[in-house]
Amino acid sequence: MNMKDRDIISIRDMKKEDIEYILEKSEEMEKNMEKNRNLLNGYVLSTLFFEPSTRTRLSFESAMKRLGGEVITVAEAKTSSAAKGETLTDTVKTVEQYSDVIVIRHPNEGAARLAAEAVEIPIINAGDGANQHPTQTLLDLYTIKKEYGKIDGLTIALMGDLKYGRTVHSLATALGYYNVNLIFVSPEELKMPSEIKKYLKSRGISYREISSIEEIGETDILYVTRIQKERFPDPTEYEKVRGTYKILPETLKLLGNAKIMHPLPRVDEISPKIDRTENAIYFKQARNGIPVRMAILSLVLGVIE
Amino acid sequence: MKKELKVSAIKDGTVIDHISPGKAMDVVRILKLEDYDNSVTIAMNVRSSLFEKKDIVKIENRELSEEEVNEIALIAPESTINIIKNYEVVEKRKIELPDLIKGILSCMNPNCISRREGTPKFIVEKKKPITIRCYYCERLMEGDEILKRLRI
Repeated sequence: MNMKDRDIISIRDMKKEDIEYILEKSEEMEKNMEKNRNLLNGYVLSTLFFEPSTRTRLSFESAMKRLGGEVITVAEAKTSSAAKGETLTDTVKTVEQYSDVIVIRHPNEGAARLAAEAVEIPIINAGDGANQHPTQTLLDLYTIKKEYGKIDGLTIALMGDLKYGRTVHSLATALGYYNVNLIFVSPEELKMPSEIKKYLKSRGISYREISSIEEIGETDILYVTRIQKERFPDPTEYEKVRGTYKILPETLKLLGNAKIMHPLPRVDEISPKIDRTENAIYFKQARNGIPVRMAILSLVLGVIE
Repeated sequence: MKKELKVSAIKDGTVIDHISPGKAMDVVRILKLEDYDNSVTIAMNVRSSLFEKKDIVKIENRELSEEEVNEIALIAPESTINIIKNYEVVEKRKIELPDLIKGILSCMNPNCISRREGTPKFIVEKKKPITIRCYYCERLMEGDEILKRLRI
């Protein structure tokens, strides 16, 4: 499959074959780290982060450097060009002159799409407001596949802020391609949007909506996300649900062998005491971002097919 | 029995017929007919059959641009457009919603990049009821949300 010059903007643009292909190439990348050390020698990646991010930016930079490529970055894109009144279109058109591929994070939804329209070189979306973060979804899928050797047939529980969380929206959308059982665990106020549920139904995916960890039962994956206080119009409502969705050592009894994932950063939704258990795979998940992003960069630059 | 026209005929211009009842004023607003120099006739709740009602807007000496037709398609997709020349209908066309709508409305999401720069674009996801998705922020819009965001 030739993905040269392809933009990676939204999971919604991807067919199942595209996703599977990227996962396959990610696995090859992970197996051949040593061999691929000079694969992107001579290529330059620009990272444009209009919003703070540590993990995603470092992960992309690490991926590029491990392939022998160079990275140029604007430390704080927001305070430089944008502050001078430059449009995003002009910023990316200028940065295009200096690089072969651009990774962008922007607080406005749709920013990566707009950037992709403005330039010829590939754009990779590293988060556009509350909308999409496709490479996170791909590394989530890679993690699940790596852990179980498959995605089909698994039961996957998504927990926390399912209403506003872009990570869970993208992941649920991508899981629509697989034969999975889904469980949505959230307070009433933060349930999965009906648009996504309708989409899953149309794909024949069965799901269950519940409001407590106790009701999960058996699951292969528990994907935890943070519940933010500012999502609740009434602070007393937040106080009520706060703590209900925390993973503590005693919670593990309810979860059996389920693997716990989290896009990170966590605040207090998973106790650090969980980190050393067999259940915790969230740091492995973060590490998986490297081979996945290595594969994506090499594919869109047309260095591998 | 002779059929009597409740609304007088126009010599040259456009008749927008079969508008869903109650939508005529939205059509007038979209086409900015309040400021139009020639005569505009608006008929509301006209019986089109035993069970159905419709609105009609007749505009003298004006043909609609493609963009205007698309705008009407968004709020009154069931309407038809008749081009009148010398009291005769010279062309009758059904309104068709294009697959991609450009520029005629803004995105409902205040945080969408298209509210800051570029031209808003929408993909038509469903024609009945009309559901459109912002090409940039991927939000779905339908019904009143569309009407509110039309540049009227």
